[in-house]
Amino acid sequence: MSELNPMTSGTAKNAAESEQLLTFIVDGQEYGVDILRVQEIRGWSAPMPIPQAPAYIKGVINIRGDVVPIADLRERLGLPTLPYGQTTVVIVLRVLGGARERVMGVIVDAMSDVTNVPTGAVKAPPSFHDSSEPSPARGIAMLEEKMITILDVDRIFGEHVVIR
Amino acid sequence: MAKIMTVDDSVSLRKLVAQTLAGAGHDVAEAANGADALSTAKQKTFDLIISDLNMPGMDGLSFVRQLRQLAAYRTVPVLILTTEMDPAKKKEAKEAGATGWLVKPFDPSQLLATIRKVLD
Amino acid sequence: MTLQLTDLQRQLLGTFFEESFEGLEQLETGLLALERSSKADPETINDVFRVAHSIKGGAGSFGLAAISRLAHEMETLLDGFRAGALSPTPDALSLLLEGVDGLRGMLEATRDERGYSEESLGRLCERLKAASARSAPHPAAPAEPQSPPAARSERTFAFRFEPHSHLLESGNEPVRLLRELARLGALKLEVDRSRLPGLRALEPNLCYLGWHGTLRGAVTLAEIKEVFAWVEGDADLEVTEVVADGAVTPAARQPTTNEEPVAPKTEAAPAATPGAANAPAATAARGDAEAGLGSIRVAVDKIDLLMNMVGELVITQSMLGELEGDGPLDAHRVERLREGLGLLARNTRSLQESVMRLRSMPIGIVFNRFPRLVHDLGRQLGKEVELKIAGQNTELDKTVLEKLGDPLVHLVRNSLDHGIEAPELRRAAGKPELGTLELRAYHRGGDIVVEVVDDGKGIDRTRVIARAREMGILGPDEEPGEDALRDILFAPGFSTAKEVTNVSGRGVGMDVVRRNVKSLGGDVFVDTTPGRGTRISLRLPLTLAIIDGQLIRVGVHAYVVPLLSIVESVQVEPRRVTRFQGQRDIYRLRDELIPMMDLCEVLGVSGQRVSVDEALMVVVEADGEHVGLLVHELLAQQQVVVKSLESNYGRVEGLAGATILGDGSVSFILDVAGIGRLMRRSHAREGVRAA
Repeated sequence: MSELNPMTSGTAKNAAESEQLLTFIVDGQEYGVDILRVQEIRGWSAPMPIPQAPAYIKGVINIRGDVVPIADLRERLGLPTLPYGQTTVVIVLRVLGGARERVMGVIVDAMSDVTNVPTGAVKAPPSFHDSSEPSPARGIAMLEEKMITILDVDRIFGEHVVIR
Repeated sequence: MAKIMTVDDSVSLRKLVAQTLAGAGHDVAEAANGADALSTAKQKTFDLIISDLNMPGMDGLSFVRQLRQLAAYRTVPVLILTTEMDPAKKKEAKEAGATGWLVKPFDPSQLLATIRKVLD
Repeated sequence: MTLQLTDLQRQLLGTFFEESFEGLEQLETGLLALERSSKADPETINDVFRVAHSIKGGAGSFGLAAISRLAHEMETLLDGFRAGALSPTPDALSLLLEGVDGLRGMLEATRDERGYSEESLGRLCERLKAASARSAPHPAAPAEPQSPPAARSERTFAFRFEPHSHLLESGNEPVRLLRELARLGALKLEVDRSRLPGLRALEPNLCYLGWHGTLRGAVTLAEIKEVFAWVEGDADLEVTEVVADGAVTPAARQPTTNEEPVAPKTEAAPAATPGAANAPAATAARGDAEAGLGSIRVAVDKIDLLMNMVGELVITQSMLGELEGDGPLDAHRVERLREGLGLLARNTRSLQESVMRLRSMPIGIVFNRFPRLVHDLGRQLGKEVELKIAGQNTELDKTVLEKLGDPLVHLVRNSLDHGIEAPELRRAAGKPELGTLELRAYHRGGDIVVEVVDDGKGIDRTRVIARAREMGILGPDEEPGEDALRDILFAPGFSTAKEVTNVSGRGVGMDVVRRNVKSLGGDVFVDTTPGRGTRISLRLPLTLAIIDGQLIRVGVHAYVVPLLSIVESVQVEPRRVTRFQGQRDIYRLRDELIPMMDLCEVLGVSGQRVSVDEALMVVVEADGEHVGLLVHELLAQQQVVVKSLESNYGRVEGLAGATILGDGSVSFILDVAGIGRLMRRSHAREGVRAA
């Protein structure tokens, strides 16, 4: 074997016949994220607002000594916002961006379920977004009873969070 | 699942191996060089050891040689994971007591397949 | 370039970069050492070879083929040195140093998701290849021969497999091999027990069995041999093809590859005797310099110290525990309680200090990059400079180390460019032609001092004054004292360089050095003697991770102002406030005019502004200037642990970090200098708007 062979990255595929999604509701729609990215699910606690932050970043909270930013998914997706309260759910996710990993909390309306989605059932999202703004969806899972929009968390939160 | 130790001075490669193995359900220990690995091997038991050759301090070959002196490790498989395996090096590794080798660049599925074979 | 990586690879990519940058520094240090020494030290060559080898392997495993390729060419050349086929000539070493730069550039580009020139990479690889080829053809590792595409027809092979008795001791298991063989086709097997001794003589670690049989299937000779590849030399193996009539085809006896023939094997392979093989060239144990900035290697004695303190803590705890009980809380018990609490406070403090010390790392990590820099710059400037390094084991907080690099680079460049004279000038001045530049680090009081010392021409006081007058920094009749002179040197934009070189002299620098060092809570001092040299000292705090803070309330939130930056706090008296240009409030404090700043505005706290009537003003010093921060309330003073806001979010101007308060809520630590900059910027904007 030559040592110059590029790494074949497709090899991880064989195990991924299906993926597990954590699904949740935002504005009546069901969304999902890869369950392996989910660190924990928590209730609402008021964050400390960050100066000069984008509007959808609500601030930071303390998670076991770690300072973690909280983002409002409704606001990030351009949907009307809701007041936060006892029923607000925060999903704490690992987000990749710029070769590093960050932890961040994402505010959603309500939890739904953990769903197994066969790889074959995931279709690419139609591109009616204009090309300058990449689609926030990684794909749409078409199950018999429902459809789940699978969010690309790295794309929607990975890069925008970096403030320089 | 098997208890495996991975020995490499490069943290990134070691973690790459360790996390691939852990992802496949193995119980993984890590060591940064031959000396570390040897002392870990004395404290615990392993079903398989994967070691780099080129390491500062005690290198892979002397590690395997010394490991084979331990009664508990006379027949435990030791795989060499290295960038290059010219025939002379292979011979040397075998003479030191290595079971087999895997050539980098590291390929997770190839690694897991080889391990399945050895642990079968 | 975009990389196709698995999640796992992506997670570890940062570690790989960190490791590689460290490796490159080692490589560079090693190459420079080779350049300096007259004879090639085999250990150094081995070390640098190993680093190139590691980078190559790592890059390959992270899908970075181009980086792997360049590292491979460097490795080949280094291997030539190692084998003695090539000697490390200055040209070859320069080329390798270029390779180091190339690798660094590519790694940085990949890390920052930028592209790099494939073309110049190709040229560099070619030159390295040419340099390697200059020796007698070096026995490069032969490429694994490609087995010829075999016709996939049904074939039958007869084989005999006789493991040598020690086979098990290499961790190989004959049954595994046979099972693997069975996967290739229909296997018929017979066991040969002839070597099996009686039960008494049986050694469980030895292999006494042999096998022979046939394998039938769409299989090639190479595939069968592949199965046995790991036991080559540890077993006798014969494989021959059987044709339909049962005769053996002589052609199949020939090995199908140019490898050493495996079958048939006639001579008895020597049994491997562990330990008897030639002793390995053990590479010298490497000391502390191995640890990089991203990870911390902790010396055992530091842990022991920590253990002792925890031990004391446990004793104190049990002493306090004894005071618990049903009896009355009499004077004696109160006294004991007070004593215990005092002890607890002391224990906790020393424990805290020790834990902080775990974060400290040797400054050698930063000093390491200078031999190369001095070497290259010296050449470029035509100056002969010897670099001396002292105190490289002095430990500093990891965060301080990370921020110290750039200021030091600037100071070293300055010394080489402006300080140390050209050889002929030095000779004329009666100095040795070889200039000396010294980097040293040591403890003084609670601080760490890092110095850059040169034996050059010193800073010309009259020229500095003249230039300062020219630039309007200094009035025509002002005679600056030592402190004022220092301030001039660190004034933004100040430079005495007659012409701008690409080494230094752009006048961006000293002010940046001072700002960086100040942001670390330290300061810069200059000590210069005309004709004799200059010493620049950076004084830095031991640790940064805990600061003394003043908690303030702005709106409904609490923030922390570092106590060190606070000059004083005053109750605002409205009559001392003047509105300047209708925009900014200025406060007259004794005979000083202080710009006022509403923190609500800076921190984006919506709703309430601080009304001047009820406000408190915290006067802070930022970059040598005083600014009055308007706050709602002064809360407690306490020590706070600095937490990174960058690790999960990013840098925010005006904030030095975050911390967690006693009630578990997050608070921000204000960066006073950053707030000053924010203020000046918004000032400038408003000025533009007003104009």
